[in-house]
Amino acid sequence: MEIYLDNSATTRAYPEVVDIIQKTMLEDYGNPSSMHMKGVNAEEYIKTAKEQIAYTLKCKPDNILFTSGGTESDNTALIGAAAAAARRGKHIITTQIEHPAVLETCEYLSKSGYEITYLPVDKEGVVRLDKLKEAIREDTVILSVMHTNNEIGALQPIEEIGEILKELNPDTLFHVDAVQGYGKARINPKKSGIDLMSVSGHKLHGPKGVGFLYMSDRVRLRPILYGGGQQKGLRSGTENVPGIAGMGEAIRITYEHIDEDVRRLRELKEYAVGRLACIENVKVNGYNNGESAPHIISLSVKDVRAEVMLHALEARGIYVSSGSACATNKPAISATLKAIGLDKSLLDSTIRISMSVYTTKEEMEYAIDSIEEETKELRRFVRR
Amino acid sequence: MEFKSFLIKYGEIGVKGKNRYLFENALMQQIKYALKRCDGEFTVHKAEGRVYVDAMGEFDHDEVIDNLKTVFGISGICPMTFAEDEGFDRLKEFTVDYMRRVYPDIKAGTTFKVYARRSNKRYPLDSMELNAKLGEAILEAIPALKVDVHTPDITLYVEVREKIYVYSEIIPGPGGMPVGTGGKAMLLLSGGIDSPVAGYMIAKRGVKIDAVYFHAPPYTSERAKQKVVDLAKKVSRYAGPVYLHVVNFTDIQLAIYEKCPQDELTIIMRRYMMRIAEIIAKETGCLGLITGESIGQVASQTLASLAVTNEVCTLPVFRPCIGMDKLEIVAVSEKIDTYETSILPYEDCCTIFVAKHPVTKPSPEIIRKHEHNLDGVIDGLLETALNTKETIVVSVEK
Repeated sequence: MEIYLDNSATTRAYPEVVDIIQKTMLEDYGNPSSMHMKGVNAEEYIKTAKEQIAYTLKCKPDNILFTSGGTESDNTALIGAAAAAARRGKHIITTQIEHPAVLETCEYLSKSGYEITYLPVDKEGVVRLDKLKEAIREDTVILSVMHTNNEIGALQPIEEIGEILKELNPDTLFHVDAVQGYGKARINPKKSGIDLMSVSGHKLHGPKGVGFLYMSDRVRLRPILYGGGQQKGLRSGTENVPGIAGMGEAIRITYEHIDEDVRRLRELKEYAVGRLACIENVKVNGYNNGESAPHIISLSVKDVRAEVMLHALEARGIYVSSGSACATNKPAISATLKAIGLDKSLLDSTIRISMSVYTTKEEMEYAIDSIEEETKELRRFVRR
Repeated sequence: MEFKSFLIKYGEIGVKGKNRYLFENALMQQIKYALKRCDGEFTVHKAEGRVYVDAMGEFDHDEVIDNLKTVFGISGICPMTFAEDEGFDRLKEFTVDYMRRVYPDIKAGTTFKVYARRSNKRYPLDSMELNAKLGEAILEAIPALKVDVHTPDITLYVEVREKIYVYSEIIPGPGGMPVGTGGKAMLLLSGGIDSPVAGYMIAKRGVKIDAVYFHAPPYTSERAKQKVVDLAKKVSRYAGPVYLHVVNFTDIQLAIYEKCPQDELTIIMRRYMMRIAEIIAKETGCLGLITGESIGQVASQTLASLAVTNEVCTLPVFRPCIGMDKLEIVAVSEKIDTYETSILPYEDCCTIFVAKHPVTKPSPEIIRKHEHNLDGVIDGLLETALNTKETIVVSVEK
């Protein structure tokens, strides 16, 4: 039996996605920049994908820039926009719970003369709006806030933040890392005042190595990649046609039944959280009375190291992650868990369950049963 | 200059009397194993008490040198060229041509000497005459050079045999003895820095290495196991193919945890590891155990602790790192390219249940007494661990 509950790390592709990728590699394999028919056919896939994405965001296809994934989108947004706006100011605001793709990029910018303000969050992982208001200045060029936290699923009040920004400094560009949020929520950048938004293909049943950056009309970016001038010179390099087509298809399918899926995921999460709350020595993080991502559940098991619980569940065919999968090759203590003030003893004892459209009630029942049993079993052998 | 041939110098094995051919054959076999990792075709042959590697076509010079440097028993690698014996005038031209091509940008005042030897005693000139006449010819042709017979910058070796061999560079080899000439021993491989170094050091003395790794799921991960496989692979570059035995140790560990005092947990665990390693060693024809222990490095490596772990074995336990400082061990691990793998942060079974204050002066009597707490369960657990062990053959070939 295999129960995959690590969908915030990556997801299984939709079969339709695989079909279209195969088609772009075996039949329509042209270079979209080529003058001949093969090129035109390939370009068609890119146009279609742009339209599919634009449809979900209520924006124009022109607002979409294809990248190699969430990390490149974040880097392009922050470095590109900061460079283009350097004359206006050198202050950037972000939060303490961003993904490393944002935090490390800010770290890099701070070494090139930018001043970074890291906003704190409350115990549910929601950014402190009072602190945001205090932080916004005349020379603030970018505000970067994630839509959905990858480790605990905390949702950020994006619309409200957009309004605050409009009121206090309308020139500041608003970047949203929506890698975990897009595909699990309807996001309308225009309505929310979003200027830049990062998305990754493989988190919503598309392929790895592809993503996009939404850019509002007023955004000016300095490219971070130079070369053949593809995508209006903003991102040189032959477009990843298979990836882009696959992602477009994944997005189309995802948004076809998003409301129904989100409702079902919420029910599953409520069920799981309800049961987990009854298990002795287990604590759920960032649930926020249901005002959190429908697919992510973070839980800490007292005195059981996350890695041990993870492997114990793995032996039962259940795949979860410890903290955030992106941080596991260097097991630093999670910034998010620290920021929500999680008890020190639980920092290393926190696992994440993340569901997808493929997750069933039976799977969740079995997973929670397993967590319950393993908690009892593993706590017999805690480090004395 | 393109070298198509390598003269392999070997140190110690030259003195092994009647067994010499065994050592040479083992050396040739190990050279062939190392060359399998290189692009190109090679022949390895023995002639007149020497081993030669000849490239049969295109090959990457640096790659061949790098891989020959992993063969224990080699003391020096000499990239070499050779010519047929077509008279002394032809030899003069050949050596001058060699110097011109190998040292095209020679600085004025560079010193050299010719070091000629002839095993073909029918050659019309003797060694002294060859030295003088070839030196003269080279001086004449390349005026920038000067002769210095005591500490020359360049020594040009000319060997007159069936053919005439010329070389001037001796790249140091790793030394030691060809793997396979010294029997086989069982390495306790943990995933840390020390044990791969220990395996390397014993392999250097000609000993073939097998290894045992104690796996403790779910406390240690698949990645920790993969790390050990990767380390075994790095050691096998030097030691030849390694049989890696993976033993599931979880239940034994948990039993010790439940029934024995916490501060003696590690030492009792070590005793069971040694016992298991020895059983597998005896089954597979190993004549000793190898560990990466170094005196005083951790609580289980004090002299008192080592004595307590040692007493459960009847095979000799080799601890080549025993007198080395951590930094010295690290230096070797960097040289053999295991360091970066060793420091990957996956928990190994020695650290998961470690006590805050483990015993540093265990008494054998007390440890033996507490081990009796395991009576009734431990035999079955040992049997299961041995019966369920997985054996992976690790080697590096292309």
